[in-house]
Amino acid sequence: MSPLQKVAAIILCTIFVLMALAAILVPAPYARQFRDVPNAGPSAAHPLGTDALGRDSLSRLLYGTRVSLLLAPAAALLSTLIAAFLGSAAGFLGGWFERVILAVTDLSLALPWLFLLLTVRAMLPLDVPPMVSVIIAFLMMGLLGWQASVRVICAAARGVRDSDFLLLARSSGCKPARLLLRHVAPNLRPLFYAQFWISVPLFILTEANLSILGLGVMEPMPSWGNLLRGFEDFSALAANPWRLVPLILLVIAVMCFQLVLPSQEVTQ
Amino acid sequence: MRSAWAFLAFSFVLCRPAVVRAESAGQSGGELHFCLRGEPKTFNPLLVEEDSSETIRYLTGGVLIRLNRQTQALEPGLAVSWKVSQEGRRITFRLRSGLRFSDGTPFTAEDVAYTMKALMDPQLHSPTGDSFRSGEGQVDVQIPSSDSVVVTFPAPVAGLERLFDQVAILSAHSPKKEMAVLGPFCVADYSPGSHVLLRRNPNYWKKDKEGKSLPYLDSVRLDIQRNRDIELLRFRRGEIHLINALDAEYFDRLQKETPSVAHDAGPGLDSEFMWFNQVPAAPFPEHKKNWFRATEFRKAVSMAINRADLCRIVFGGHAHPALGPVSPANRFWFNSSLPAPQYDSAGALQLLARAGFRLEAGTLRDSSGNRVEFTVITNAGNKSREQMLTMIQQDLSQIGIKVNLVTLDFPSLIERITRTYDYEACLGGLVNTDLDPNSQMNVWLSSAENHQWNPKQSKPATAWEADLDRLMRAQSSAITDKKRKADFDKVQQIVAEQQPFIYLVNKNAMSAISPAVVGSSPSVLDPHAFWNAEFLRLGADPALGAQK
Repeated sequence: MSPLQKVAAIILCTIFVLMALAAILVPAPYARQFRDVPNAGPSAAHPLGTDALGRDSLSRLLYGTRVSLLLAPAAALLSTLIAAFLGSAAGFLGGWFERVILAVTDLSLALPWLFLLLTVRAMLPLDVPPMVSVIIAFLMMGLLGWQASVRVICAAARGVRDSDFLLLARSSGCKPARLLLRHVAPNLRPLFYAQFWISVPLFILTEANLSILGLGVMEPMPSWGNLLRGFEDFSALAANPWRLVPLILLVIAVMCFQLVLPSQEVTQ
Repeated sequence: MRSAWAFLAFSFVLCRPAVVRAESAGQSGGELHFCLRGEPKTFNPLLVEEDSSETIRYLTGGVLIRLNRQTQALEPGLAVSWKVSQEGRRITFRLRSGLRFSDGTPFTAEDVAYTMKALMDPQLHSPTGDSFRSGEGQVDVQIPSSDSVVVTFPAPVAGLERLFDQVAILSAHSPKKEMAVLGPFCVADYSPGSHVLLRRNPNYWKKDKEGKSLPYLDSVRLDIQRNRDIELLRFRRGEIHLINALDAEYFDRLQKETPSVAHDAGPGLDSEFMWFNQVPAAPFPEHKKNWFRATEFRKAVSMAINRADLCRIVFGGHAHPALGPVSPANRFWFNSSLPAPQYDSAGALQLLARAGFRLEAGTLRDSSGNRVEFTVITNAGNKSREQMLTMIQQDLSQIGIKVNLVTLDFPSLIERITRTYDYEACLGGLVNTDLDPNSQMNVWLSSAENHQWNPKQSKPATAWEADLDRLMRAQSSAITDKKRKADFDKVQQIVAEQQPFIYLVNKNAMSAISPAVVGSSPSVLDPHAFWNAEFLRLGADPALGAQK
């Protein structure tokens, strides 16, 4: 592990510890409104200031980190697993199977997902508890966010399909399932990791957009996504730079995750 | 393409001297710039139903009677005087003589008769004409002399003369049809998706106190701009002179930068309110329907909401706690005897206790032990409504009520509140443009579609709804404004007592006007910033009033 990786790991551990201890560390409950001090700057009582409704920004950031750092990677994992399975199988098997998978992928890329999500939201019952609504939102993101990764993974698997080591394994009598699981998939692992880490911030931002449509994390529950919605007001942001903290934390977390990852060379 | 360039160059030559004159003289002339928030759907003043066309109708249309947006009094327009008779069925106008349309066609009584017939033609489906339809039968228009017109309706029309503020008179003879106008400006150019250019009407009849012809401005350029951020940016750059309606957030931003350009005219006609679904067939448990039908429950919820905080935090102080269905901005129809809403959690709990609710370990339960919890829906993307609901969530948690918040896209929301009735409570708003209570008939009559808490009733579900029906019908057929006011005051009283709509706030009417615009006087009625367009002129600011 390089020194940079160690630093990244320490930062990540710190974020996870803070997240786990949120209930102890927060100065106030995340939903409590201090209505006398809306949009306040940092102070001893509110180290990161307050939001437009007077809620403590640090408390909301820590609880929001919990929601986003647990659910966005979970959604990213789900979508990457679907993409890995479909992409590797399509690229490895080729022929009509590959054509069908890629056609389905292209078709689903062309579908207006926004309207589909709106329809799903309209069909859901209204009395769903906030936490269940959050899980549904991330589950849908995971189930619907695999298409772009499939094309990338399929192209890489096609390259592996004609390699010498696979020819050797095939001539040794390896069955297709074993070839796929023991030879193709391990060689595509760095690509899976990359797709996974690309998806995490993407899903966090998607969740922010879905919140605007009423499908993401609902008030008063915080998430990085709805904290980032505060950036809509640029002039307020310039006057209150501490509101950039959720964005900075998002960038740091994503960078650290990518640094901690084993590089492609090491994996191979 | 070449002709387009030639046209652009020509336009520049035409426009530039006007701007230069405005810069140097600070007198008449110049071109006022502002934005329409959508494409005008029609230039026919009888078919107007959306804001952009309404703006053009207001600036170009000549009307018999004009409502002064500041005093809220009726003033003579094309008619020197008028008289309502036969219990509100007949109106007699005496017309100004010697007037001409923008294309030079003379204005006569025939034009008024032609306009009224077109307005009431069932084939035309005029939204403006709909407000005059009070009963079955034809409208009769007589021209007893060259300067008078008598219009007789089949049934009394409440507030008849006020409705003529919306009726722009068309020419019966002009080959230019509806493009021949009697208002201060006329349409000179329309480029879809880009702009509408209005030029001063050379034949406009009105003169200022010194006998000088109005309007002062040479032209008005209305750029079509849907995006409010871009509209604000263009105002800050000095590319446009005014923004007719601003929300609190944009207002505060402008006020911080240049306090003199941001104008808050006080409480406007718009209100924000919340209601509970009382439809008997609504698909949610019966015990919740019983809560929502209980007056004490609705009153307790209303008492537990801190409206002052909503005004201060969500609207930055640019709103006022709402007392009832009519805003104080509506000076004549507002019932000033209504009590101001009190924020009183303890009082709310007492009311709830009287209705059989009890507070157990911070949770409110009904007499059957059900936890009091409901979901409020509102339209997604409306930041102020989401913030209001989040604050109401905390307010009601103080009396043990758990509120869930769900935002829906607009079509889904409308589907739920008008067709499936699959919702428990809703937070919405009313954009009110008409002062007369007759425009609210479709809200207060129990049989009406917009009787939102329990629409389309075959007979009134409660005694107080029967009273509302009776009073609304009585006020609409009463002859005198005094009697109408007395009836409508009682309607407001009943609504305040029963709280079928829990009125929250009246938003202020805010606008932005460049210092380059001389003669502006923002009003609470729409159009806030340019209601006196014929008296506006551009001052000496060299860059279209740029905010330096």
